[in-house]
Amino acid sequence: MSVADIQVEEHLAHDDHGDHHEQSFISKYIFSTDHKTIAKQFLITGIIWAIIGGALSVIFRLQLGFPEMQLEWLRPILGKWITEGGKLDSEFYLALVTMHGTIMVFFVLTAGLSGTFSNFLIPLQIGARDMASGFMNMLSYWFFFLSSVIMFVSLFLETGPAGGGWTVYPPLSALPQAIAGSGAGMTLWLVSMVFFIASTLLGGINYITTVINMRTEGLSFSRLPLTIWAFFITAVIGLLSFPVLVAAALLLVFDRSFGTSFYLSEIYINGEALPNVGGSPILYQHLFWFLGHPEVYIVILPALGITSEIISTNSRKPIFGYRAMIGSILAIAFLSFIVWAHHMFVTGLNPFLGSIFMFLTLIIAVPSAVKAFNYITTMWKGNIVFTPAMLFSIGLVSFFISGGLTGLFLGNSAVDITLHDTYFVVAHFHLVMGSASFFGLLAGVYHWFPKMFGRMMDERLGYIHFWSTFVGVYLVFFPLHYIGIAGFPRRYYSFTSFDAFSSFADLNSFVSLAAILTFGAQFIFLFNFFFSIYKGRKAPKNPWNSNTLEWTTPELPGHGNWPGAIPKVYRWPYDYSKPGSESDFIPQHIPYSQTPESNLPHEAELAKKEEISQVNESK
Amino acid sequence: MLDFIIVLAVILVLALLLSIFRVATLVGIVKGDSKQKVPVSNKLQATLLVVFMVLGIFGFFYYSFGGLSEDYTQPLASEHGVVTDRLFWITMAITGFVFIVTQIFLFGFSYKYQYKEGNKAYFYPHNNKLEYIWTAVPALVLAVLIISGWQAWVDITGPAPEDAEVIEVMGYQYSWAVRYGGADKKLGDYDYRKIDVVNQSGIDFSDKASFDDFIPTKLYLPKGRPVLLQIRARDVIHSVYQPHFRLQMNAVPGMPTRFWFVPTKTTQEMRTETGNPDFNYELVCNKICGKGHFAMKYLIEVLEPEEYDEWYASQDAWLKQNSDYLAQVPEELQEMARIASGMEAEQIESEGKSVVSSTY
Repeated sequence: MSVADIQVEEHLAHDDHGDHHEQSFISKYIFSTDHKTIAKQFLITGIIWAIIGGALSVIFRLQLGFPEMQLEWLRPILGKWITEGGKLDSEFYLALVTMHGTIMVFFVLTAGLSGTFSNFLIPLQIGARDMASGFMNMLSYWFFFLSSVIMFVSLFLETGPAGGGWTVYPPLSALPQAIAGSGAGMTLWLVSMVFFIASTLLGGINYITTVINMRTEGLSFSRLPLTIWAFFITAVIGLLSFPVLVAAALLLVFDRSFGTSFYLSEIYINGEALPNVGGSPILYQHLFWFLGHPEVYIVILPALGITSEIISTNSRKPIFGYRAMIGSILAIAFLSFIVWAHHMFVTGLNPFLGSIFMFLTLIIAVPSAVKAFNYITTMWKGNIVFTPAMLFSIGLVSFFISGGLTGLFLGNSAVDITLHDTYFVVAHFHLVMGSASFFGLLAGVYHWFPKMFGRMMDERLGYIHFWSTFVGVYLVFFPLHYIGIAGFPRRYYSFTSFDAFSSFADLNSFVSLAAILTFGAQFIFLFNFFFSIYKGRKAPKNPWNSNTLEWTTPELPGHGNWPGAIPKVYRWPYDYSKPGSESDFIPQHIPYSQTPESNLPHEAELAKKEEISQVNESK
Repeated sequence: MLDFIIVLAVILVLALLLSIFRVATLVGIVKGDSKQKVPVSNKLQATLLVVFMVLGIFGFFYYSFGGLSEDYTQPLASEHGVVTDRLFWITMAITGFVFIVTQIFLFGFSYKYQYKEGNKAYFYPHNNKLEYIWTAVPALVLAVLIISGWQAWVDITGPAPEDAEVIEVMGYQYSWAVRYGGADKKLGDYDYRKIDVVNQSGIDFSDKASFDDFIPTKLYLPKGRPVLLQIRARDVIHSVYQPHFRLQMNAVPGMPTRFWFVPTKTTQEMRTETGNPDFNYELVCNKICGKGHFAMKYLIEVLEPEEYDEWYASQDAWLKQNSDYLAQVPEELQEMARIASGMEAEQIESEGKSVVSSTY
């Protein structure tokens, strides 16, 4: 039993003596060390960021879809970024693209997804009273909050926020003379990212420690729900890769402010030859993508974990190939560290290195394919209940397949020569990483909302939300493949300068329209979310008849999660529709000795041992 | 006034939606929806999933095979492009097949195995044989893709043929500059510290090879001959991208890069092929480089080899056009520079007397 456990139990015992002390508002809701409250803080901050990030994309989609449109009506918000002719400023366009990427990748899909569900589910699903270190967990949120504030402030700078693309490649990001966004905006970007990384590391260390040390009795790694496996491995990936981004950012800070030449060499700009020689912009790209590629999996693995849980529960079937699923998570995690240079095939990388990275990159498709096949087989011969969470999970699998397959084009260095940095790439990662993870996040919210707030979300609004978002996402991102095959470059303010890109004006308008409607549909979710927190139907203890431990807690678990002793675990989390069993689910805390009718031969052995140990205990 | 009416209308619509939501919720409570074991509209959702799949696949094929007669492929005009295009379409066939089949299974199973009262799901935790198969088959297919892609990659990125036309392409905010080697077909050195308003490329005139270099206003290419682009950037990273040649290589400050290829169609031929009399090959910047990134364009003209040679021979050296820069040539090479750049020849013609160069 760990130290935290003992402390909480003492605390509970303390309560029993009737000396109950109310927590103050500040320690309960603001500087809280309770993992559930911290999860909600991450979730709500993530939702706010998602609205901002989405709104930014709507603004630049207006420019792309309707280049002739008068945007004068945006002046109250955007001020001088609307030119005198009533158009969007072309430099601010780049800032919008940059901030949209940064916000969505880091603030929504990393902090919003891992921060919410790792925090919420790890203690609940492994049977712990809280995280290993509640204080570090609190710090993790507040570092994230600080980082958010700094990034938010950068949006309002006179020179605009960072504008060199979310990857902020130097020299563009190092030289304020090259683009206005590389001035104060870029400084704030770097500072914000350093705090963000500190937050991620504090969280990650906590998740790893908690999963390793604080699992309840009987919960071996081979009985761990796939959600926990995914969060655990995600934290490990983050812990190994995020520090490299700090290194990259730090060298960039030196180049920007202290005259070093890590990334700068032989530059002549604005009528001036800079003194820097000997640096390499490619070095930055290597460092950045050493984080950047694992980051993709940091974003998608938790979503896949959540999906595994939801698909299994709602198909009323065990997840197909539990061990293969764990194996593929491990394989993806390992491979994610040795594929980064596939982002750099046409940067002037040594072609031999390109060959190696093509080989490694395409290998990663194998474990990904296994995961997709296993999801589909899990649904085969199921008895499927379409809750909104289930629909979002099915949507995730669909996006994961559609977007994953286009990875086979981009990972192939010869084919990538043409497709690199075109809209094909935009379509690819928005489906496989953006939309798929986003659907994982939404699925998770719909599924665990009852445990978070003790109330149910409205189902019908959930369906409307799902259908408008699912159809909308496909209508936004599928057409981009065609635009990409035609060679349209990404991060272009307008395509009118080139004859080669004179087509597709209609398709671009269509995409923009779909994007606006899809964004609008998210307000249905927002209404449903906030309305249900206060006015939703009261949730039962286990609304989805699910097996994992969090559903054994009270309707609205309090501090310490279980009012009594922590339940023991006797079986894996996927005993759905077991032959012989009356009920179509057997929760993890039910001993085999209580289910003799459904035990498999090797489980009958375990049941005997259980009985013996119970007898011993009672003696 | 109009604003006020709009705001009022929006509020009314929202209020209306809210009341519909409340009424529907109350009806649900009366009907006892929450006591149902599965969502009331379970069957509807299953049906919608299949409808979505059928419409989606129909739309995919309809658009992909030209249903709206929008052409999403760019005509091809390079030798290696034939190989990469073939790879692209092979990959498309394989992934397209997998895409359709898996989506059919995903949505089909959703419909077929939707909840039915009294049904029990089939307890099927694993099947090792099945899992080995679907690990091995993708691995094999990928191996084929990797090997064919790797061969193409090695050919494309390998050293350029000896006789390739060497042309320098330099990116800067926000245009391109190209430089040819001149009569000696050798590009002279450059030094970024020598860049000024006139000498945009920073040609270094202490190198003999630079005297006859010339800088035209378009990128001219010979059809059917290998061309080696030596690529560099002056300020930030740019990317030399040409969709018709299936060509892309970043231009990096401080790190010269290269790309070689063989153009296969002249600009004239492309004008006939595309039916567009104004067709021009364009050099595109494809790496975010600042405010003017989206307009960083340069024209390319592909000529028949003979036309190209003729054009090439007719070009004046940059040094001849900017004779002030003769001052940058070291003393002992000045005479040579005058001859190599063609300044001497002009003098001879104009003064009508023969000069025997003493430097040779």
